[in-house]
Amino acid sequence: MVSWLNSFPYLTPYEKPFYFILIALFFIPSIIYSLKGKRLTGYQAFLTLFFLWISFAGPNKTQGLALIGYLIWQVVVSKLYFNYRQQANQSGWFYLSVLLSIVPMFLIKLLPIFTQQAPLVNHGQPLFYFLGYSYLTFKSVQVIMETRDGQIKELKIKDYVNFLVFFPTISAGPIDRFRRFTTNYYQHPDHDTYVKLLGKGINYIFLGILYKFIIGYLLGSLLLPVIQNEALNGSMLFLGSLGYMYVYSFYLFFDFAGYSLFAVGVSYLLGYETPMNFNKPFIAQNIKDFWNRWHMSLSFWFRDYVYMRLMFTLIKKKVFKSRIVASNIGYFALFLIMGVWHGLTWYYIAYGLFHATAICVNDAWLRYKKKHKGQLPSNHWTKALAIFITFNTVCFSLLIFSGFFDLVIKQFFTI
Amino acid sequence: MTTETMVLNILEDITGAENLAAELNTDLFDEGILDSLASVQLLVELENQCGVAVPISEFDRSEWGTPQQIIDQVTQLQN
Repeated sequence: MVSWLNSFPYLTPYEKPFYFILIALFFIPSIIYSLKGKRLTGYQAFLTLFFLWISFAGPNKTQGLALIGYLIWQVVVSKLYFNYRQQANQSGWFYLSVLLSIVPMFLIKLLPIFTQQAPLVNHGQPLFYFLGYSYLTFKSVQVIMETRDGQIKELKIKDYVNFLVFFPTISAGPIDRFRRFTTNYYQHPDHDTYVKLLGKGINYIFLGILYKFIIGYLLGSLLLPVIQNEALNGSMLFLGSLGYMYVYSFYLFFDFAGYSLFAVGVSYLLGYETPMNFNKPFIAQNIKDFWNRWHMSLSFWFRDYVYMRLMFTLIKKKVFKSRIVASNIGYFALFLIMGVWHGLTWYYIAYGLFHATAICVNDAWLRYKKKHKGQLPSNHWTKALAIFITFNTVCFSLLIFSGFFDLVIKQFFTI
Repeated sequence: MTTETMVLNILEDITGAENLAAELNTDLFDEGILDSLASVQLLVELENQCGVAVPISEFDRSEWGTPQQIIDQVTQLQN
C-alpha cells in the first residue's frame, strides 16, 4: 500500500500521455451511464476528487491547501453577498464583494514583489498560489456580478464549488458561465445529444494531441530555440526576429488551442458543453473580429463583465460628451487590465496598450467606412488585404507578449 | 407609440441603419450593425425611453440578436 502510494502518478492536467490513459480508464462507468442519458453524480464527484488529487496532492500539496483555502474564502464572500442581495442592492457592498473576491489573486501576484528574495513557501511559488487561480477568480467574480444583476436566483454551495473545481477546465479554462454550467449539471444531455458530444469530445481530444503535442512541440521546443539563437546571437536580427514572430504566434496558438481542445473534449465526455476557446483566429478580418475568435471565453468575459459594464455607467451618467471618447477609454481600461492580469511585467502591459490602440484605430476605420458607404471598394482582394494586415498586427502583438524584446534589450543594451 | 416602433427607432438612431422594420429577422451582430458599444447604448436607451432595466448579464447575443427578438424581449419585460 505504501509503495503504491509512493508511485502514485502526480501530474498536472494533460501533462503526459498517462493522464489521458487515466481519463480513458476512469471515465468508462460515467460514459456508460451518460449513454443512458443520465448523470452518475456520485461517481463524477469521485472523479473530480481523484483528478484533483493527481494535480494538487503529493509534491503539489501546498497548492492543494491553497486551493481549499481559496474555495472557503470565495464561498463565504459569495454567500454573504448573495444573502445581502436578497434584501438590498447598494453599490458599495457590491464593489466590496468584488474586491474581496479578487483579493487572493492580488496577493498571489503582488506578494512576490514585496517579499522579493524572501523564501517562497510554495515550491518556489508565491504564498496562496495554486495552478489556475486566475481562471477561478474570473468565475468567482462572474458569480458576484450576476448575483447583483439578479440573474442568479439560487446559490447552493455545492453548485458553486462544483462549478469552480470542475477539473477538466481548472488549470487554464475555458471560463464557463455559472448558469450554463449548472443547467448542464441538473439536466444531463439525452442519449442522442450525448452520443454526438461523445463523438465530438473524442475528436477534440485527438485534434488537441495533434495541436499541442505534435505541432506545438515541433514549433515551440524544436524550431523556436534555434530561431531565437539565430536572431540574438547570429547576424540576422531583423529576419530572425520576424521568423521568431511568426513561429511564436503559431506555437502559441497550437499550444493553447490544443490545451483548450482537451478541456472542452473532456468536458463533453462528462456531459458538460464547455464553450470553445478558439475559432480560426488567424483569418480574422479586423482586430475586433480577432478577439471574437482568440481565447474567446476570456475576451467574452472581459466584454461582458468589464467593458460593457463600464460603458453602461459612463454612458448613463454621461461622464464623457462623446461616446467615441468613452468607448476608447473603455478599451484602454479593458486591455490594460488584461495586460496586468497576464503579469506585472512591462511587456504584458505593452501588449495590452498595443491592442487597445489597435482596436481604437480599428473602430475609427469602421466609422469612416460607414460614412463612406458604397464609395470604398469591397471585394476578395480587400478582404485578403484585411486578413493580411490583421494577421501581421496580431503576430506583432504576440511578439511583444512573448517577452522577446526583453531578451533583445538585455542582449544588446546591458553591460 | 407601440413598443415595436419605439425599439426600431432606438435601434435606427444608434446604429444609423435604415428601415429595420423590413429586416426583423436579420442578425444584427453577424451583419456588424450592433456591437458591444451599440448594445450598451441600446440598453441605456431602453431604460430611458421604455422604462425597462435590462441587466447586462441578461443580454445574451443569441436571445437579443435580431430586431424581432429585441422587440419580444422588451415586450415581455414590460409586462
